[in-house]
Amino acid sequence: MMLIDTLAQGLLLGGLYALFAAGLSLVFGIMRLVNLAHGDLIILAAYLILTIATVTGLHPFLAVVLAAPVMFALGWLLQTHLLNRVLGTDILPPLLVTFGLSVVIQNGLLSGFTADSQKLTAGSIEAASVSLGFVTLGVMPLLTFASAVAVVFALNQLFYRTALGRAFRATSDDQVTAQLMGIRPQNIFAIATGIALVVATIAALYLGTRANFDPSIGPARLLYAFEAVIIGGLGSLWGTLAGGIVIGMAQAVGASINPEWQILSGHIAFVIVLLFRPRGLFPRAND
Amino acid sequence: MTLSRPLGLGLAFAALALLYALPAIAPRAVVQDLFGILTLLVLAMNWNMLAGFAGLVSVGQQAFVGIGAYAMFAAIILMGLDPLVGVLIGGVAAAVFAIPMAFFAFRLNGAYFAIGTWVVADIARLGISQWKALGGGTGTSLPKGTAKEMAFVEQIKALLDVSSAAAADALTYWLMLSLAVAMLVAAYVFLRSRMGLGLQAIRDNENAARSVGVDPVKLKALVFLLTAFGTGLCGALAFIQITRVTPDAAFSVIDWTAFVIFITVIGGIGTLPGPIVGVIVFYALQRALADYGTIYLIVLGCLGIAVMLFARRGLWGMFTDRTGLDLLPLTHRPPRLAALQPKPARSTV
Repeated sequence: MMLIDTLAQGLLLGGLYALFAAGLSLVFGIMRLVNLAHGDLIILAAYLILTIATVTGLHPFLAVVLAAPVMFALGWLLQTHLLNRVLGTDILPPLLVTFGLSVVIQNGLLSGFTADSQKLTAGSIEAASVSLGFVTLGVMPLLTFASAVAVVFALNQLFYRTALGRAFRATSDDQVTAQLMGIRPQNIFAIATGIALVVATIAALYLGTRANFDPSIGPARLLYAFEAVIIGGLGSLWGTLAGGIVIGMAQAVGASINPEWQILSGHIAFVIVLLFRPRGLFPRAND
Repeated sequence: MTLSRPLGLGLAFAALALLYALPAIAPRAVVQDLFGILTLLVLAMNWNMLAGFAGLVSVGQQAFVGIGAYAMFAAIILMGLDPLVGVLIGGVAAAVFAIPMAFFAFRLNGAYFAIGTWVVADIARLGISQWKALGGGTGTSLPKGTAKEMAFVEQIKALLDVSSAAAADALTYWLMLSLAVAMLVAAYVFLRSRMGLGLQAIRDNENAARSVGVDPVKLKALVFLLTAFGTGLCGALAFIQITRVTPDAAFSVIDWTAFVIFITVIGGIGTLPGPIVGVIVFYALQRALADYGTIYLIVLGCLGIAVMLFARRGLWGMFTDRTGLDLLPLTHRPPRLAALQPKPARSTV
C-alpha cells in the first residue's frame, strides 16, 4: 500500500520534471543546442510570475498568462542576438555562452530578489486532494501531471500537424535544404526557443506553487531536466515524459527509504538507464 | 615569430625565482593570496587541457577537488598520516574515481558529456555526505595544529625565521607553485609530443585523425585520468589551507568549476598561456569589484560570453594574432625537404 502511494507520488512528480525537460528537449531536437541556462530560466520565469502576481494581485494561474508572452519574447531575443551567433559545428561556444548566461541570471536574480526563498500562493487548491480509494492524490500534483501530458501532446501536434512544425522538422533534418525551400533557420530557432521558454513558464508555475524557490536552485532543476531528456531518448517528446517519470519515481522511492537519498536515487536511476540503454528508452534518430 | 629563446627563458626563470623567494620577502597575506591564485591557475590549466585540447567540456571538475580533499582528510583523521602523504592520496583517489566516471561519461557525446560529468559530481557530493566518519553533510575540520606538524615545517621555520603557521603557509605555497610549474611543463611537453599532436588532430578533425591511426577514445581517456590526478592533488592541497571541509564547499560547482571555466575562456582556451592571463584578469576583477558582491559574478559571466562571441581564443589568442608573438608555440614547423632525403655520404677527401 505504501509502495503504491510512493509510486503514485513519484509518477506525479515526474510530470513536473517532464515540464522542466520539455523545452530543453524541443530546443535540442531542432538545433542540437544544449542550454545550460535552462534551469535558471525556469527560476527567472518563477520570479516573473511572482512579480506579476504581487504587483497586480492576480492569481498565479492568471499571472502565467501575462508572463508567458514576456518569456517568449525573451527567448526570441536571446536566440536572435546571442545563441544564433554561436551555433555551429564547434560545441564549445554555445556551451560556454549558456553557462555564462546561467551565472549571470542566477546572480542577477540574487541581487534583485535577495537569497530569501519565495513561494507562489495558489490558495485553497494547494491543500485539496482527491481520494481514489487506495491512494489519495493532491489536486496540484495531478494538475501538474495533466499539464505535462497536455504540453507534450500540444508540442507533438505542433511538430507533426502544422506548417511551423514542418519547418521545425525540416530545419532539424537538413538545414541547407530547408533554406532552399525558403525557410530561415535563424527565425525557426528563435521561435523554438521562445516556445521552450513558454513551456518553462508553465513549469515555473508548478515549481513555485509546489515548494519554495530561491535564485540558487536553477542548476539542480537543469540536471533533473537533462536526465529526463537523456533517459527518454534525444528528440522524443513522449520519451521525455517517460524520462521525467523515471526520475520522479526513483526520487520518491529513494526518499521513502531515507529522505537524504531522494536526489541521489534519481541520479543513480539515470546512470543505470544509461549503462543499459546508452541512447535512452525511446531514441528517435541517430544523432 | 617567437620571442628569442634565451631572452624568453631568462625572463621566465627570473619571474619564477621571484615567486619562489616570495615567502622570505613578502608578508604572509600576500603568500596566502597568491596561494589562492595558484590554486585557480592549476585547476584552470587542467580544465584547459580537457576542454581546450581534448575537446572534453567537463562541468564536473569539482568531483575531483572534493574527492581529493576528502581523501586527504580521511588519510589524516582516520589513518593518522602526514598531510603531505594525504595530498598524494587525494590525487590518486581522484584518478581512481575518474576511471568509472570516464566509463560512464564517455558514453555521452559532445554537449551531453558536460551534463553527465556534472551529474557524476553531484552523485559524489551526495555520496560523501553519507560518510558519517567525516561528518556527513555538515563536514569536519582538520585536528588543531595539523598544518604546523606537517613534514618540513620545522626546517622552513628555522630557515625563514617565522612562526609555524607562516612556515606551513610557505610550504603549501611552494607545493602549489611547483604543481603549477610542473603542470605547465608537462602540458607543453605532452602537447609537443606525438600524443599531443594526435590530440590536437582529433580536436581539429576527428575523422581525419582516425584515418591516420590516432585512437581518440584512448587519448581522451588518458587526458581525463591525468587531469583528474592533477585536479585531485590541487584540491587536497587547497583544503590543507582551508582546514575545514564540507560536501557543499568541496564539491562547489561555482568555486571549482565555474570560476575555472571563466578564467580559461577569458584568458584563451586552447592556448597554454591562456589560463595564466585569465587568472591575472580574474584576480584584478575580484579586487576591483570586491565591494559589489554579486555584481562581480555578473561581470565575469558577461565577460565570458563576450569573449565567446567576439574573440574565441580569448585575450591571449587576441594578443598572438595582433603581435605574432607566441611564448609557448605548439605549432610544428613542416619537416624540411633536406631532412627527408638520405644524408649524402661524407666525402673522403
